[in-house]
Amino acid sequence: MGKSDMPNKSIVERLGGQKVIVLLVVMVLFAFFCIASPNFRQYSTVLSILDYSYYIALMAIGVTFPLITGGVDLSIGTGLICYSLVGGYLVVHKGCPTIVGILVAVAFGVAIGLLNGALVALMNLPPFMATLCTCMITRGLGALIVNRLGISWPTSGTEGSWFRDIFKTTIGDIKVPLGFLWVVLLVALMAFVLNHTPIGRYAIAIGSNKEAVALSGINVRFYHTMAYVISGLFAGLAAVAYSAVFSTVQPGTGAGFELEAIGGAIIGGAGSVEGSLLGVFVICLLKTGLPYVGLQANWQQIITGLVLIGAVLVDILKKKRSGELRAA
Amino acid sequence: MGEVILTMKDIDKTFPGVHALDHVNFEVRKGEVHALMGENGAGKSTLMKVLTGIYAKDSGTITYEGKEVSFHNTREAQDAGIVIVHQELNMVGHLTVAQNIYIGREFRKGIRIDDKKMNEEAAKLFDRLRIHIDPTETMSSLTVGKQQMCEIAKAISRDAKVIIFDEPSAALTEAEIEELFKIIRDLREQQVGIVYISHRMDEIKVITDRVTVMRDGAYVGTLITKDCSKEDIINMMVGRVIYEDPKACSAVPPDAPVVLRVEHLNAGRMVQNVSFELHKGEILGFSGLMGAGRTETARAIFGADPKESGDIYINGKKVEINSPQDAVRNGIGYLSEDRKQFGIVVQKTVAENSTLANLGNFMRGLFINKRKEAQVAQQYVDSLATKTPSVEQLVVNLSGGNQQKVVIAKWLVKDCEILIFDEPTRGIDVGAKNEIYKLMNRLAAEGKSIIMISSEMTEILRMSDRVLVMCEGKKTGELDIQEATQETIMTLATREISI
Repeated sequence: MGKSDMPNKSIVERLGGQKVIVLLVVMVLFAFFCIASPNFRQYSTVLSILDYSYYIALMAIGVTFPLITGGVDLSIGTGLICYSLVGGYLVVHKGCPTIVGILVAVAFGVAIGLLNGALVALMNLPPFMATLCTCMITRGLGALIVNRLGISWPTSGTEGSWFRDIFKTTIGDIKVPLGFLWVVLLVALMAFVLNHTPIGRYAIAIGSNKEAVALSGINVRFYHTMAYVISGLFAGLAAVAYSAVFSTVQPGTGAGFELEAIGGAIIGGAGSVEGSLLGVFVICLLKTGLPYVGLQANWQQIITGLVLIGAVLVDILKKKRSGELRAA
Repeated sequence: MGEVILTMKDIDKTFPGVHALDHVNFEVRKGEVHALMGENGAGKSTLMKVLTGIYAKDSGTITYEGKEVSFHNTREAQDAGIVIVHQELNMVGHLTVAQNIYIGREFRKGIRIDDKKMNEEAAKLFDRLRIHIDPTETMSSLTVGKQQMCEIAKAISRDAKVIIFDEPSAALTEAEIEELFKIIRDLREQQVGIVYISHRMDEIKVITDRVTVMRDGAYVGTLITKDCSKEDIINMMVGRVIYEDPKACSAVPPDAPVVLRVEHLNAGRMVQNVSFELHKGEILGFSGLMGAGRTETARAIFGADPKESGDIYINGKKVEINSPQDAVRNGIGYLSEDRKQFGIVVQKTVAENSTLANLGNFMRGLFINKRKEAQVAQQYVDSLATKTPSVEQLVVNLSGGNQQKVVIAKWLVKDCEILIFDEPTRGIDVGAKNEIYKLMNRLAAEGKSIIMISSEMTEILRMSDRVLVMCEGKKTGELDIQEATQETIMTLATREISI
């Protein structure tokens, strides 16, 4: 008995399930593009992939939590632009120090997360509806606050641009993608939160059997809300990363960012933070790599879509085999 | 048996339209296993829900450990030492066994949940209960029986003084039931008071010390188990006065042709080797206790659930039914027990619901012929006497009985020859019930063949020409209406098969 119940699990599952497969996919994709295109295998390409990955990765870390509760957060993409516009507006037009702009952007993200949480957990709106509404609201709100003008955060070399060095710094002649380090640290932190603290534990439990959680005397509303707050917080952090990498932010954009983050999380199995990060790299590799082999934007979308279908099918097959779907 | 630990006195509870508990008395002593018995809907679960704070009582007193108590939720009851092991499992499939057992009261190490300690504690608990389950296993990977064991372990880990088992054995195998009984006997030794709700007469005789019987929300009596026979208990359970006369004899001519023949139907644990025939113009009652497999049988015939094996013949011809579409094509209509979920689209009009199953006949080119739809719907509103201001009324605004008529109309529009009524009068008031009965009789007289699944004994006896009884997924008997009585049906419905 005991551990002897285990052998029906495959090697892949014992090593961490879908994550291992996704890691392999990332490596195979990278190798493929390196072999297929001489232009791809350059340090600058790696840098640009990483530059692109930060904000998507941060959104994906956060959105993993609503996904685990069985919900979704569609407001993170337009939210990101909104928070960045608001923070940038304060810095550029109101003369606030950069740090204030950053803090306000993050705080705005948390506030929208709270709103989403309240709509879903307290008022029982379907997450899709609730966050679709806040998606539209943040889009309009961002444009309104900056009076429909684009915002340019301080560019490199100018005063107040120190926050850009957080993500990419130069040591000697070499550009160092420091942001990757922060992303990995945040993934580690949130993986800990997910697996070893009540916030994560109950998020998983709510996604699995909300009724049982409530009957266990747990404050379901609070923990359900927290999932959306985390999603909002990381959308705020993603806004900072986006501002640092791209400087210029245009109101009205941002729709569709959330799909890359959610897509990444789903490719990663929609059940672990590190899986979400790996999933984001699949998406970023496709986005950056496909043009090098002659496939343009439309093909990227189609192929990304197909990869997503594949990821979801793998998930369904896995659940079918473990009998979960039949029980549901 | 020790001193009395829990007394419920004169408990009264009324839901809109139903007197669910009528001055019920119940007591539990330390170190006894007290069976709570009664037919479906007798009020057993309601009584236990009042005890554990899920429902508030209207009147009466609950005395626990010498003090009057009133719990507002399960948490309060749990904290006081009264826990309930629910019939339906309350497990979080994605978490491990240990995480489930200690959910809501995890061991902590700072902000960190101490999984290691939880695993150790769970392992100790299982050792004590002599259950062999790995605490680190994911809950969803366990069999239903083992999940049930975890649920029991969870209850025990709270140092409960009173444990309520609500049909604990329903999902267990023979061997697991043995394990369960061992645990219950240990608990009895430790002076825990145990309430055991079950339909299985044999278990009652084996494991319980006293039996309290409820009927129609009222307290019937309490017996010492070893001093009474199975028949005594059955008589107490069914001994009600029947207000409506049962059908005197079958209305079906003996030479009526067989419309539907089902042979050796198997679909999971709930449908095992079920065979029967349905004659033209007959109402065949499906009787049995909750979870006997009647609905599952109907759903397998209708193609709503996959079947493993078995043949279905309609008018002597073998048919393949693998989906509800196949069934409808073969003239079978199914009226679900859960109208809201499966039977009707409540936010649509009477007319739209009526033509739902047969929209093809109401098309003009690519468009729905609204006028024809309204005409036909009106025709059935008239003939079924559905009370609705117009066929354009949204179904959600109709009463339960009239909603049921709309569902019936849907299948009549489709011209179904075989109709399966699953709990046709659930949630319908008495007057409307009679109308549904009349309607069913009329349909049968017009040559429709009807399977009627019902948990109400009086309904079965009043409506059926023949009664098929199921227990634990198996057919345990078939009775002509002349030989069918509450007692004969109940005996078949509780017949132990698990030997």
